[in-house]
Amino acid sequence: MAEHQALLPSEEPLRLLDESGSRVDGSGLPMPDTRRLLEVYGSLVTARRVNDQAGALVRQGRLAVYPSSHGQEACQVGAALALSDGDWLFPTYRDTAAVIARGVDPIEVLTLLQGDWHAGYDPYERKVAPQATPLATQLLHAVGVAHAARLKGEDTVVMALCGDGATSEGDFHEALNFAAVFRAPVVFFVQNNEYAISVPLARQSAAPSLAHKGVGYGVPGERVDGNDPAAVLAVLERAVADARAGGGPRLIEAHTYRIQAHTNADDDTRYRSGDEVDPWVARDPLTRLEKHLKRKRALTKARRTEITEAAEAVAAYMREGVVEGAEPEPAELFAHVFSEPTPQLAEQAAFLAEELSREGL
Amino acid sequence: MATEKLSMAQALNRALRDSLAEDPTVHVFGEDVGPLGGVFRITDGLTAEFGEERCFDTPLAESGIVGMAVGMAMNGLRPVVEMQFDAFAYPAFEQIASHVAKIRNRTRGRVEVPLVIRVPFAGGIGGVEHHCDSSEAYYAHTPGLKVVTPATPEDAYFLLRESIASPDPVVLMEPKKLYWAKGEIDVERPAAPLGRAVVRREGADATLIAYGPTVPVALEAAEAAAAEGRDLQVVDLRSLVPFDDETVCAAVRSTGRAVVIAEASGFASVSSEIVARVTERCFHSLAAPVRRVSGFDIPYPPPKLERFHLPGVDRVLDAVDDLQWEDQ
Repeated sequence: MAEHQALLPSEEPLRLLDESGSRVDGSGLPMPDTRRLLEVYGSLVTARRVNDQAGALVRQGRLAVYPSSHGQEACQVGAALALSDGDWLFPTYRDTAAVIARGVDPIEVLTLLQGDWHAGYDPYERKVAPQATPLATQLLHAVGVAHAARLKGEDTVVMALCGDGATSEGDFHEALNFAAVFRAPVVFFVQNNEYAISVPLARQSAAPSLAHKGVGYGVPGERVDGNDPAAVLAVLERAVADARAGGGPRLIEAHTYRIQAHTNADDDTRYRSGDEVDPWVARDPLTRLEKHLKRKRALTKARRTEITEAAEAVAAYMREGVVEGAEPEPAELFAHVFSEPTPQLAEQAAFLAEELSREGL
Repeated sequence: MATEKLSMAQALNRALRDSLAEDPTVHVFGEDVGPLGGVFRITDGLTAEFGEERCFDTPLAESGIVGMAVGMAMNGLRPVVEMQFDAFAYPAFEQIASHVAKIRNRTRGRVEVPLVIRVPFAGGIGGVEHHCDSSEAYYAHTPGLKVVTPATPEDAYFLLRESIASPDPVVLMEPKKLYWAKGEIDVERPAAPLGRAVVRREGADATLIAYGPTVPVALEAAEAAAAEGRDLQVVDLRSLVPFDDETVCAAVRSTGRAVVIAEASGFASVSSEIVARVTERCFHSLAAPVRRVSGFDIPYPPPKLERFHLPGVDRVLDAVDDLQWEDQ
């Protein structure tokens, strides 16, 4: 009995800051120092700017689609900042802000959404896997990377992201089970934003919380207020440290909310009301941390300007880069199917090249 | 060179053992492949010899096995995973079709996953339901996967070695009814590169095209035809992807007649692809339409009825007789 109790998450999500930015008892969760919180704040401002700018680029027809993490930026930033350089991040399609916070070039990240066929960035450069579209499938890859690292004697930790909807997929369960059996150093980080496109959490799961799902696999679960940037970072850093020390996998559920529709192609008025969204706007992670830092007199005017300018520079870079994105090269469609094109692919590539040259392209 | 007589199962075991010994990045895992040695004993003795980190049992979840292999391959290892039976591999299909096959392309060649998925397949062993599917077409239809299948112990050894060495993911379809068939094998001869078919028997009158479990059927049919004065050539594809158009078409052009033999249901199958390719490329060399002898379009039949489903020598000889030897 005691053994399984230790795996259970807290009754309430862990918190360090309340909605007004005041410090609250975090049940032993250590508060990140002010220097670190300023770093988090800077990344939050950039993440919000990235979301807003990407949304604008969609409206201008310069991006095909953008699943926004507006409102979830504390999770995006926390996931990236909790990792060391040698660690791996496995993001989903909604985690563009996390990928950018990890240091990947924003234009490269947006390559796919501009209508190209590939992920855009080199996954090995910042150790960020391609953003996964098929739900929960990447969690197993995360386990594999972590298990391989252990076999090679490396102290790599892998942060594997997914949403609430993905916890219904079989691969979520297989990944938790495999990670637990092999004691793979993986932090499974679920951003529960209450919706899987239009389907609310109540239709997704009858579990007391998504973090409770860990107990069935022997994986400790934790719940955190996903709009509390200090608590998210602290919980993730603790889980990363535990995993690195050989403690095996962790399942962290962040309670947050998808403020915007699933993507620009979605109409969220068909399944939820503004009355539901409004209280979550009041729980915004940026204003919460901003209030806290102001109260501590840690956010000077100069620092604030610096942070805003850095975020604006990223937005300007996105506007510039997305417009100047080159047209994908049709011939390259055949280049990366195999290490070397098969005779059949070489034939098809020649066919397309001939057709294009006939059309003068 | 010293040759030995080994069964296909022993040859596959030898290939795994030699790969594990030569390359520390090779890791073998799946269901019951550890101390038990796999239900077909392909991994017999490997855990004892190389330790639990190199050859290990996993939880019983095929998507998990393949998904974990993708991650391990991303991180510099060469996983060789076993799907216990053909039809038990279906839970892994999303991982195979969406990730194993596509990750190179999705990352513009930056991430490669040199992994091998071993699939014991096809029937002829009296297996009960879900144990005898010929599932090769699902894989062959998925761009990004190489799909190979041996018909002899020697090819089993070399195809597995070459699959492990390949930078591309390979699905190795192992004809389980041939696991116990023995043959001469010389592990020191140079390996043929993946993707090459081989002419198993020379013949001037018609070409039998077979792969995996139907190669011995083709050879037996050719032997029987010879007794009746007909000289049949036998081509063993060995590789479905890439497909060796060169060898197949040269063979068909040399005889002008062809029969494709496969256990899988014929509709939308590898055998229909072969007929299409041969017809498109060799039409003016053909004296008759290319015929197929394949499984019926039915779920794999029960043990007591499988002999009616499987391509046999008589059905092959009947198809050869139908190749318009005279105007009809």
